[in-house]
Amino acid sequence: MAVDTQLQPATPAKQTWGDRLRERTGLQGFLLVSPTLLWMLLLLIIPLGLTIITSFGQRDADGNVIYTFTLENYARLLGITPEGFDPLYMRIMWRSLVLAFQTTILVILLAYPLAYFIARAPQQRRSIYLFLVLVPLWTNFIIRIYAWVMILRNQGVLNGVIGWIAGLLGMDYTPIDFYPSQGAVLVGMVYEFLPFMILPIYTSLEKIEPVLYEAAADLGANAWRTFLRVTLPLSLPGMTAGTILVFIPVIGTFVVSDILGGRQVILVGNLIQRQFLDARNPPFGSAASIILMVLTLIFTLYYTRRFGFGEEIRGG
Amino acid sequence: MISRSGSGNTRFTTAMAFLVYLFLYVPIFVLILYSFNESRTNIVFEGFVNRGPCGPFYWYCQLLRNDDVLEAARNTLIIASLTTLISTTLGTMAAIALQRYGFFGKRVSEGAIYTPIVTPEIVMGIGILVFFSAVFGWINSALGLTGGNRLSMGMTTIIVSHVAFTIPFVILTVRARLVGFDPSVEEAAKDLGANEWTTFRRVTLPIIAPGVLAGAMLAFTLSLDDFIITFFTSGPGSTTLPIYVYGLLRRIVTPEVNALSTIWILSVFVLVLIYQWIERRD
Repeated sequence: MAVDTQLQPATPAKQTWGDRLRERTGLQGFLLVSPTLLWMLLLLIIPLGLTIITSFGQRDADGNVIYTFTLENYARLLGITPEGFDPLYMRIMWRSLVLAFQTTILVILLAYPLAYFIARAPQQRRSIYLFLVLVPLWTNFIIRIYAWVMILRNQGVLNGVIGWIAGLLGMDYTPIDFYPSQGAVLVGMVYEFLPFMILPIYTSLEKIEPVLYEAAADLGANAWRTFLRVTLPLSLPGMTAGTILVFIPVIGTFVVSDILGGRQVILVGNLIQRQFLDARNPPFGSAASIILMVLTLIFTLYYTRRFGFGEEIRGG
Repeated sequence: MISRSGSGNTRFTTAMAFLVYLFLYVPIFVLILYSFNESRTNIVFEGFVNRGPCGPFYWYCQLLRNDDVLEAARNTLIIASLTTLISTTLGTMAAIALQRYGFFGKRVSEGAIYTPIVTPEIVMGIGILVFFSAVFGWINSALGLTGGNRLSMGMTTIIVSHVAFTIPFVILTVRARLVGFDPSVEEAAKDLGANEWTTFRRVTLPIIAPGVLAGAMLAFTLSLDDFIITFFTSGPGSTTLPIYVYGLLRRIVTPEVNALSTIWILSVFVLVLIYQWIERRD
C-alpha cells in the first residue's frame, strides 16, 4: 500500500473563518504531530548529536569524557595508530558486514518459499499461517537465543538426535561442539530475523493479480519461466523492504554473537558495547557507533535508490 | 505446476513451507519440553520431572516462588503496556497529521520520525545512554542530589526510550489504514452539526480502529521483544525479563525460565485467538 504523502486538506462544505485560518497555518496538523516530534528530538536527534560530539572527545584515566576536538578515535578505528597500521577494527567491521550479508541472503532463501506458500494458500487460511510466523516473536529475543544454546551445545538436542540416529545405524558418534561458533551465530541471526522478511515478501506476492499468471500461461510460459519473469520481479519491493528490516538490526546486534559466539565472534556491536561497559571508553565507542550509523545510511540509501523505495515498509 | 488461476500450492512448495515452519518451531518446542526437565542445570534432558505436589509441573510451581523472575516479568509487562498506550496515542495523532494536514516543516518531520527504523538499535541505545547520563549528571550536581535521591536510569527511562523506537511503526500502520479513508464521511458528520471531537470519536476512530489496534499490537510486540535498548537504559530495580535471562545465560538457566516462556507463549496465543474471534464476529 503506497502511502499518499500529498497534502489532502479536508474541504468541508461550509468553511468557517476558523477552519480557513487553521488550514492556512497548518496549526492543527502541527499540534497533532508535535508531541511525537518533541519525543524524537529528545530521544533521537539530541542523543545522536551528543554521540557525535563525544566521538571527537577523549577520556581521562577514570573513564570520564573530556570534550575536545580530536580525530584520534576515528583514526584508531581506521587502523592508523602511532605504531603504524593496525587493521584490527577494520577487520571487525568487515566481519560484521560479511555476516550481515550472509544472514540476509539465507533469510531471503528461507523466507521466500514460505511467503510464496502463504500467498497461494486459500484466502481463509492465510491469516492463520501468518499468525504462525509471528508466534515465535512473542517469546523474547534472548529466550530464542537461549533455545538455540539448548539445541546446539555439546550435550544439546542436535547432538542427541544425531547420536540417536548413529546408534540406530550402529555407528560411533562423538558429539560436535556446534556452540559456541561462528556458524551458531549465523543460525541464531537467521532465526531471529526470518519473520521480518516473510511478512513484506508475502505482502508484495499477495498483491500480484492472478490474471498475470493466466496471461503468462496463455503466452506459453512454463511454471519456472512464469516465476522468473512475473512473480520474482513483482516481489522485489517486498524483498527490498525485508532486506532493510533484516540487514540493519543484524549489523548492529551484539547479543547473538555474545551468546552463541561465546566471545570468539566480535562484531561492531560487541565493540561498541564493550567500550561503554568494560573498557569505559565512551569517546571511542561513540566513534564506532557513528561509523556504524554512516555504514547503515550508505547501505539504506544505495539499496533504496537501486531497488526503489521499500513501500512495503511504509505501507506496513 | 502453477494452476491457471494463480492460486494453490504444489507439493514442492508445501514441503518447503513445512520445513521453514519446522525451523521456526523446533526451538519453541525445545523450550517447552525443557520446562518439564528433571535436571535443574537444564543442559541435558534427563526425563520428565515428577516431584512434590505439582508433579510434572514442578518448575511451574517453583516459578511462583521465584520473586526475581516474577518481578522481571511484571516489569516487562508494565513497560510494554505503558509503551503501547503512549506510543499508540501519539502515533495515531501524528499519523492523522501527516496524512491529512499540510503544515510547515512536514518533510523534515517525516524524516525525523522515520529515522529510528533505519538506525541500528545499538546506536540509538548508546545515544540515549549518553544523553541521560549527561542530563542526569547535570541535574544531580545542579540540585545537589545525593544517594537515593539522585536521578538514575530505571523504568521511566526504559519506557520513554521504548516509545521512541515504537512510534514510527505505529505511524506507518495507522497511515496505511488512513490511505483508503473517504473524507466525505467526516464532512457529512460536520454538516450534521457534529463538532471536531465528536466527529473524531464517532466517525474517524471507528473507521481507523483496525489500524490503531494493529499498531498497538505491533508496539506491544516490539517492546516485549526488545533487548538492546532496554539493556542500555535500565538501572537498578528495573530488571526486565530479557535482562534477567541474559544475566543467567553466563551461569545456569534453570527450567523455571522455560516454564515462564511456556506460560508466556500460551497466553499470547490465547489472547490473539480471542482477538481473531472478536474480529471475525464483527
